[in-house]
Amino acid sequence: MNLNLTRRRFIKGVIASGAAATTTGVWVAANGAARPAGAVERMIRININGQVRTVDVAPQETLASTLRYKLGLTGTKLGCNRGECGACTVLVDDVSTYACSVLTHSVKNGRIETVEGLESADGTLHPVQQAFVEELAPQCGYCTPGQIMAAVGLLRENPNPTREEARQGLSGNICRCGSYDSYLDGVMRAAQIG
Amino acid sequence: MAYMHIGKDFVPPDVNGKVTGRIKYAEDYTREGMVYARLLTSPIPHARVVNIDASEALAMDGVFGLLTADDVYPDGEPQSTGLKVLTNEPTLVGEPILALAAIDEKTAETAISKISVTFERLPFVLDPLDSLAEGGPDAYNGGNTYVFRQGFASEKWSADQVASFRAGNEPTAEPQQTFAYGDLDAALAESAFVYESTFTTAGYPHQSMEPRSAMAYWENGKLYLHGTSQSLSALADGMASIVGVPQEDFVFINEATGGGFGQRARANSIPSMAIPAKMSQKINRPVMMRVTRDEETAIGGARQGFQGWIKCGFKADGTMAAADLYIISDNGGKGGGGDAYSAADCISILYQTEAVRFRGTSIGSNTGHRGAQRGPGQNQIAAIIAPILDKAAEELGIDRLKIRQINTPQNGDVGGASRTPFTSAYMPEALKMGAEQFNLEERMARSRKRNGSKVTGIGIGQGYHNAGRSGMDGIVRLTADGRLKVHNGVGNLGTYSYASTSRAAAEVLQMPWERVDIVTGRTDRHLPITSPQDGSNSIFTNTRTNYGAAMDLLGKMKEIAAMELGGDAADYDFGDERVFKAAAPSEGMTFAEIAQKGIALGGKFTGEADLPEELNDFTKISVSRLAGDALMGIYHDAPHNNNPPGFTVTFTEIEMDVETGKYDIVEMVTIGDCGTVVHPQGLKNQLVGGAVWGIGLTGYERHLYDPQNGLPASTGYWQSKIPTMMDTPAKIKTGWVDLPDPENPVGARGIGEPAMGAVAASLASAISDSLEGHLFNSAPVTADMIINHVAGVTSEAVPLAQNNFRG
Repeated sequence: MNLNLTRRRFIKGVIASGAAATTTGVWVAANGAARPAGAVERMIRININGQVRTVDVAPQETLASTLRYKLGLTGTKLGCNRGECGACTVLVDDVSTYACSVLTHSVKNGRIETVEGLESADGTLHPVQQAFVEELAPQCGYCTPGQIMAAVGLLRENPNPTREEARQGLSGNICRCGSYDSYLDGVMRAAQIG
Repeated sequence: MAYMHIGKDFVPPDVNGKVTGRIKYAEDYTREGMVYARLLTSPIPHARVVNIDASEALAMDGVFGLLTADDVYPDGEPQSTGLKVLTNEPTLVGEPILALAAIDEKTAETAISKISVTFERLPFVLDPLDSLAEGGPDAYNGGNTYVFRQGFASEKWSADQVASFRAGNEPTAEPQQTFAYGDLDAALAESAFVYESTFTTAGYPHQSMEPRSAMAYWENGKLYLHGTSQSLSALADGMASIVGVPQEDFVFINEATGGGFGQRARANSIPSMAIPAKMSQKINRPVMMRVTRDEETAIGGARQGFQGWIKCGFKADGTMAAADLYIISDNGGKGGGGDAYSAADCISILYQTEAVRFRGTSIGSNTGHRGAQRGPGQNQIAAIIAPILDKAAEELGIDRLKIRQINTPQNGDVGGASRTPFTSAYMPEALKMGAEQFNLEERMARSRKRNGSKVTGIGIGQGYHNAGRSGMDGIVRLTADGRLKVHNGVGNLGTYSYASTSRAAAEVLQMPWERVDIVTGRTDRHLPITSPQDGSNSIFTNTRTNYGAAMDLLGKMKEIAAMELGGDAADYDFGDERVFKAAAPSEGMTFAEIAQKGIALGGKFTGEADLPEELNDFTKISVSRLAGDALMGIYHDAPHNNNPPGFTVTFTEIEMDVETGKYDIVEMVTIGDCGTVVHPQGLKNQLVGGAVWGIGLTGYERHLYDPQNGLPASTGYWQSKIPTMMDTPAKIKTGWVDLPDPENPVGARGIGEPAMGAVAASLASAISDSLEGHLFNSAPVTADMIINHVAGVTSEAVPLAQNNFRG
């Protein structure tokens, strides 16, 4: 869970991106015209899973929407779309972030990682993915990508967490199946795998 | 018994997709030309739609069409309870009135905002007792209850009868439902300790992680529906009928389901999936309908709440002699289930009560629609009865484990309203194992000890659910390359039983797992009918069908070998993917050779003739489409004998902070008695997952509604207060008895629901213990209730209040 991502920060992000002020909303930088007051560049380049992607992003568009509906990265799930469940957790500059609660424009200069970016090109799973398989941590699997990204973020910051630290680190991710115990087993195993 | 697959962990084929994000849920699909449907739902709890003016919306660019209840039900809406696809007679906030399809969701939302719906407001009610009282509002059009095969009715008590019940007295009105056995009066007269009280348990929503989004399109006269379910084939069977398409022309696609918990088991519990299907038919385009969390909360189902009265009698030796229950169950806005009956049935089974009387009445309220939710009835009562057992133990001077051992079900016992024998029962072994692993004696010495503001509470709980069905079908195929295909219609919602039950077929044929393919995910892969994956039944039911189908296949394989190599089928043995003469093992055929011969022979060997007469129609369609291309094993499962129970026991230690009403669960041990263990990791997941649900039932989850306007206040995860990682122990210890059940070919019984009940019971027991044995007679027991109790403050809440705060 990114404790710094408050509702206030989200609202500030909306304002900074121009969504709150824009009414026309279709100004595109490539047309060479002067930017209308309050407008926002729509065609942006963002770094996702190490690749720079060019995508048309509306001012009020959340990162989850861009990932799922513009870029086809459906591994990022929407459980609530309002910052309650963590199913949409991704990493922005290594910090776990609810993609439903951050505007794409506000993170366009960041390094974004989703669950699709963890596996190596040769099919080798990331240690967290491998550990979650070995512990059979997922049940229905809908929250799993978010749990994995939260775990990856935690282990980058703290490679050898205690079980209690892992519990705190994943506490922003709800699992209705109640697989918390198995997810924690997975995080601890992943820390061992390194 | 030494098994090749049973009892061994394995990597289910879908896990890789779950950790990489590649596995697809309904909303992850797309289709060229796909448009988007959005819903207009009822903003008021009880109304009648008088007029819909959508002219402005339909004139907008990018709008493709509108679907209303009149489209879905041209002959009028069914006059019964249960969710409708769309309705003109909403009885709860959030019930879908119409759907509109547009080029994108924003356009659809904008268009919906331009639709004018005129509602006639009708009186609403949130608390079933308010409706029961003479003159009180009725939740439905035509009454406050629904009598099976008779229709709506209005059940009324006098104001005095309701007031007396709220004041804590036994209800005096005639109930709708009853069962009884034994001499209740004599049992109570024999009792040395009698406990009597009213009680309440809360209703609360299922809140599956995946909203019930669905996408549909029609192609060459066939309907393709991407949806969510607990059971591919069982749901498809019913959904075809709701949409009005022949089963042969319906393809249901459901690779993964983001949680079910009872409310996605059958088509009639998730009729909203028919909306994109009907809309697509109407506008001739693929239609995606994404469902929001608010919408999911409203139509995603909820547990029935109880307003009850209980009287239990215990003999001096601790035997539970009598249980007398009267329960009003909250049927919500669209009707409910049989939770109350199951609650009484559960007490009879778990405690082998000598005399039981159950009386119950189901009453509607204009709140979330009710239906089966993990352990419906058994688990609500588990949280109520456990502290009563502790109270009896205390009053009679009996050890708290001992009183449970005295009353425990065991092999040879009968139980429940029907007095049905168990297929097997190893609760005594589970109690012993759990007590040892928990180190009960040492921990019990800390019971009620105070350290600053913290008090230790020790709890013991037991859970039960009937855990096995029969009458379903199995299909397995041996293809020309010698691979085994197990066709499995069980849903993929996280139990992995679609895979673990398939291993029963692999076990029969001693097939290496890597040579086995599970065929599932969409009905045009031709699946057998299965029981809905609810009621903890899958592991029992579908190991029976898959085992039976594999045995049929093996018989045919031996028959073919005998035809080719001489002798009688009985002369043949098998192993290492060969069938050979038992007396001359070098003379044999490989599985692949046998499959090829079977395909050449056709007829009964490939599903073209001599099918089991009792085969279900759904399965017959699948077999007919598979016939001819592989050697096929087909099986119809005959009814089993007796009641296969799922049992659990849980031991819990908590540290209660009496200044805040919050507690930490410092130790939890939960043990399952579910026959032979088929898949240890899957079983562990059911036990720990059930534990989280049990913690939610006893500690947190409840519906809340605004009493003035009937608006739901708990519309998401946070307000419903489903447990997070911080509400649950950092480690839950699990174990299992692992003794076989004789009614299952591999000895298995189910576990999912009792896994929750035992934890709910043990936590309720521990909370009570930490507060000097105080009984709240309520679930959940929330922090404010605990603080009020400690402070000696009397709650101002209405006694027995439902869908509201309670004291």
